[in-house]
Amino acid sequence: MTAVSASDKADLVGVAETPATKAAEPRATLRQLRRLRFGLAAGAVLLLIVASAVLAPWLSPHDPLAVDIRHRLAPPAWMELGTGEHLLGTDQIGRDLLSRMIYGGRVSLVVGVSAVVISATIGVLLGLGAGYFGGAIDWAIMALINVMLTFPFVLLALAVIVVLGPNLVNMIMVLGVAGWPIYARVVRAETMAIREREFVLAGRALGMSHARIVFRQILPNLVSAIVVIATLQVAQVIIAESFLSFLGLGIQPPTPAWGNMLGEGRVYMLNSWWIATFPGSAIFLTTLVINLMGNALRDWLDPHMKV
Amino acid sequence: MRRYVVRLLVQLVVGVIGISLLAFFILHVLGDPVLLLLPQNAGRSEFERYRHLLGLDQPLYVQYWKFASHAALGDFGKSWYADTPAFALVLERMPPTIYLTFAGLLVALLIALPLGIVAALKRHSWIDSLCTAVAVAGQATPLFWLGIMLIIVFAVRLKALPASGYGTWQHFLLPSFCLGAALAPITMRLVRSGVIEVMNMEFITTARAKGVAERTVVVKHAFRNACIPVITVLGIQFGQLLGGVVITETVFAWPGVATLTVESIRNQDFPVVQCAVILLALLIVSVNLIVDVIVGFIDPRIRTGP
Repeated sequence: MTAVSASDKADLVGVAETPATKAAEPRATLRQLRRLRFGLAAGAVLLLIVASAVLAPWLSPHDPLAVDIRHRLAPPAWMELGTGEHLLGTDQIGRDLLSRMIYGGRVSLVVGVSAVVISATIGVLLGLGAGYFGGAIDWAIMALINVMLTFPFVLLALAVIVVLGPNLVNMIMVLGVAGWPIYARVVRAETMAIREREFVLAGRALGMSHARIVFRQILPNLVSAIVVIATLQVAQVIIAESFLSFLGLGIQPPTPAWGNMLGEGRVYMLNSWWIATFPGSAIFLTTLVINLMGNALRDWLDPHMKV
Repeated sequence: MRRYVVRLLVQLVVGVIGISLLAFFILHVLGDPVLLLLPQNAGRSEFERYRHLLGLDQPLYVQYWKFASHAALGDFGKSWYADTPAFALVLERMPPTIYLTFAGLLVALLIALPLGIVAALKRHSWIDSLCTAVAVAGQATPLFWLGIMLIIVFAVRLKALPASGYGTWQHFLLPSFCLGAALAPITMRLVRSGVIEVMNMEFITTARAKGVAERTVVVKHAFRNACIPVITVLGIQFGQLLGGVVITETVFAWPGVATLTVESIRNQDFPVVQCAVILLALLIVSVNLIVDVIVGFIDPRIRTGP
């Protein structure tokens, strides 16, 4: 990947129009525009999901924790026996599924974003250190990265969660700490390339400190790569979180999370498919739009980025 | 070649030591085994006695050394739950995991190779777009959800295949398809980009220019070279693949190491967890090593590189 310099950024503002962009064939430009449109549509859907999670108390028709045994396992409104009262039906103890879905999104998004912030911070710092200083520091950090990449990350997360106890904060910590190697690897490689560029040498000659060069001269060049990885990682973290909750090691019931709803609903699959199907579809849709957005972001910022 | 292999071996040893440290410290620093072993109303002296008995009152590095030197000889201690050696317990569950892993890999390749090649050769066609769309959707599908859906359709509704268990070839179908479907999207993208890159190379033009049939160009010249990145990345991703195996085994109640580990984690059976994690890591690291050696053989540029 080439670093995004100021002139590149100027090009990017008018992606399709400027002749300076690399898209020489008109076909490729059209494709780019189409991808961008996909990304925008995905972004709009994601915005809806985020908005519904943020506005959950005002949007959800019922209390997500209110048990109503008489109306348990009610099917969605459009099926026979379904009522407008519960649009997506109710679960095994009569809680409103739509309300639980809306609230469940909060968990996924909060865990996804917080864990990604943690892993990006660790990964970027270690990657910058390894790439800029090289030598023994680089060797040690690379060894750590390799160990982390070898380790089946799900098992690590499971073990730590059982030892620490399953709750929101522990899950964010575990998923955050487990996810940093991918950032470190990309940032390290980029830093090593940028370190050799003239402006870094000029900075040294002007007597800038290492910290200033790393954070003010090198880091800004890496922002687009980091943003793309972070976006794609949010989807990965959401899937990991839902799996932990599905196993009963994540968010504990009765708090609704898509993962634990899916896990609880699995037992009732035979007759009441909706309990597990809706949260599963929610996870799918959310990760799908995040991935689409991440891909579009990559194409837009820098199509040659190797992420 | 010899230097290349030696360097890889050093990496292997460092990797395994690192993982044993990780497994040891997670369980010893974060959790106190005595708290888990003794009933909550046990007295203070009781705790101290047990700590001493298990050697937990010694400095951590002494404990680690004791643990590591025993583990190197295959002695991971006895399971706290089943009272049998942890090593034997884990070893017994290893074959189903390995079979499932390779079955999944096979399914993934069966899906990804033809689709990836066709998508690359018919670039920008509707087939290419369809493949990309399916791949993007596949990457967003949670593996455990896919597993549940497969069980519902094929085991519950159609009653065609067993929902869980192990033994006959029918038992293999759903889990390996599930795992393979999860791995296929990324493999397909790799194959596609690999073939596209190779097809633009000069030796392909040369082959065409000297009149080699297009089929031969694709199969003999392009495909072989496109294999290198695919093999490398699959090797690197083997750890991630095992993560998928953990999920698949849990959903389908497959009697492999992963199910055992998840059970043991739930039972707080530390010796078994440590043993399983380290053996799995050993498996991953050896696969990585084998892949690196194979790639070194296929492509001399890699082993002689810096």
